[in-house]
Amino acid sequence: MKVGILANGVVAAVVAIPIVRFVLSALNRGKQYRSWVTLGPAGQFPEGETRLATFRNPYVGPTDGKTADTACWVRHIDGNKFQVFAINCAHLGCPVRWFPQSGLFLCPCHGGAYYRDGSRAAGPPERGMFEYPSKLENGLVLIQAGELPTPGATSKNFSSGPCGNGAPCGPCGKASPCA
Amino acid sequence: MRKRRAVRTLWKGLAVRLIARIGEWLDRRLQLAGAIQEMAAHPIPRRSASWWYVFGSAALTVFGVQIVTGILLTLVYVPSAAEAWSSLQALNHDIALGWFIRAMHGWASNFMVAIVLIHMVQVFLFGAFKYPRELTWVIGVILLLMTLGMAFTGQVLRFDQDAYWGLGIGTSIASRTPGVGSELVKVMLGGPIIGGAALSRFFALHVFVIPGLLISGVGLHLLMVLKLGVSEWPMPGRLVRKATYDSRYHELTHTDGVPFVPVAAWKDAFFSAAILAAIVLCAAYFGPFGPTGEPDPTIIQTVPKPDFFFLWLYALLALLPPQMETPALLIGPVIVIGALIALPFLAGEGERSWRRRPIAVLSILLIAISLRTFTSLAGHSPWSPEMNAWSGEPIPDKFLRGRTALERQGAAVFQEKQCHNCHALDHGGGERGPALDTVAARLTQDQLIRQVLQGRGNMPAYGNSLNPAETTALVAFLQTLHEPGRPPAQDASRAVERPR
Repeated sequence: MKVGILANGVVAAVVAIPIVRFVLSALNRGKQYRSWVTLGPAGQFPEGETRLATFRNPYVGPTDGKTADTACWVRHIDGNKFQVFAINCAHLGCPVRWFPQSGLFLCPCHGGAYYRDGSRAAGPPERGMFEYPSKLENGLVLIQAGELPTPGATSKNFSSGPCGNGAPCGPCGKASPCA
Repeated sequence: MRKRRAVRTLWKGLAVRLIARIGEWLDRRLQLAGAIQEMAAHPIPRRSASWWYVFGSAALTVFGVQIVTGILLTLVYVPSAAEAWSSLQALNHDIALGWFIRAMHGWASNFMVAIVLIHMVQVFLFGAFKYPRELTWVIGVILLLMTLGMAFTGQVLRFDQDAYWGLGIGTSIASRTPGVGSELVKVMLGGPIIGGAALSRFFALHVFVIPGLLISGVGLHLLMVLKLGVSEWPMPGRLVRKATYDSRYHELTHTDGVPFVPVAAWKDAFFSAAILAAIVLCAAYFGPFGPTGEPDPTIIQTVPKPDFFFLWLYALLALLPPQMETPALLIGPVIVIGALIALPFLAGEGERSWRRRPIAVLSILLIAISLRTFTSLAGHSPWSPEMNAWSGEPIPDKFLRGRTALERQGAAVFQEKQCHNCHALDHGGGERGPALDTVAARLTQDQLIRQVLQGRGNMPAYGNSLNPAETTALVAFLQTLHEPGRPPAQDASRAVERPR
């Protein structure tokens, strides 16, 4: 009987390894999910304005369909300075909307609000908006994307305003919002 | 005539004998008849053959409905992020009665959560979780969690905008787990984004993993009900003692017991039929749930909301102070589930009747009222800005009539800068901030200017979005907002004359 149990234990361990690795396969790729993607020519984003842009996620699965299309907010500060924010609220991931008249991003789910530079203005979010690393290359706006931004650990891959792209933005607190 | 009757009797006799022979043949091999007879005839306390004891069997019936309609839906549904939504559209519009099967499955899921909760409350108030039925209760708690798991995963499979962003909320909650948040998200989604892999995972959970566990859990739960007997009607003052309970229960069922079939079973059967009829009626009258818009993440004009049974959580997430949220989300469920599991071990003996357990009754009332309040709050979510109020909700006439040009200019600024999205005037507009109908009676001119420019509490600072002229106009308008007979707030120091 002992031999039987031992033999089963050994075989079970051997079988368990591929099963566990299969289930956890999404982890193995690690940082490979992220790469630079283009949002289009810088001319599409007028200076001083914030516009919605969409891009196809660099990592696409065979059955992803439209879910691999992603939206983001592009803020052209001036000259070569851009900020690109994730569409997902830093509270629980709902899609935030930009209101140019009041210069605020508002979230429809739980009432999170952010200033134009992505810093937290009000509501339940504990931090500013997720900001993609961005750069300007050959007249194209590029961002480093590939993962769903979430308020937990993933957010270490995203900076939170002020301000990306080396743009000096000053202290953006409640009392002194950014220029 | 007589001859024909004789022939008929002969045939009848033959048929009965044939059926009996087949039955004997099967039972010789299966040996189940004895067990089934014992199950049907097992004695239960006379008063337990009550309408209060029908919820468990009704939950089982609804589970059966879910299995049948679920299998039917998988004939058409495609668990691919690219095709799930269109396969739901096909079910709703192209396939004969596809809408009805979807509606049955959706309504039965609501009924199932409701009945499981009612069953649990009844068992709790009747003290039926006490000795010797502790394990039956614990498995029941696990069955409740799995039922809620089915409700959530089912909402994801209805792959529309609500499902997409709802899963985003679930992912965001999971990501807050300290240390392993990022890994947990990837394992949950099967990849870096909410897409095909995530839907497949939730399909596997909803269709194979959780139902498999549910079926075995229900089997165990039922087995224990049979082995330990249906709990007796709780009598105030008749205490449960481990030393005496078994013999007293045995005596009760054998001196004053009734067989489960038919004395109690007909009530179970009748109630199940009534619930089934209610599900059919709801499905036929109200139709299926969604799907809402296509799950395309580039369509951001959406206000995602969870299904009914998770609305309270949605409200709680808006109302908790930010710094308490993560601890509440991660520790809260552990405490609640821990308390439910610990309950029969902490209170396994003693009084069963709810008439002598005021804390039990009050706890149920408190939980019910809280859940009801949060659910109804989530219905109109006052914490969210009303996104279209600035353009779609004009300022009522009475706030504009007889005002100066500057004050009217301020009213235009009020709309243009979307103040109305968060602040109501005469019950129109957002409820994120306080209504401003009488704000001038509460705040002086200086306080209004400060509040607008610097913000405070939950109000953003507008110093950066307003030029001085706009600020002056806006504050002038705000100063007109007070009741007719009540003067606006004044800074008392302004009235003091400076000494010469």
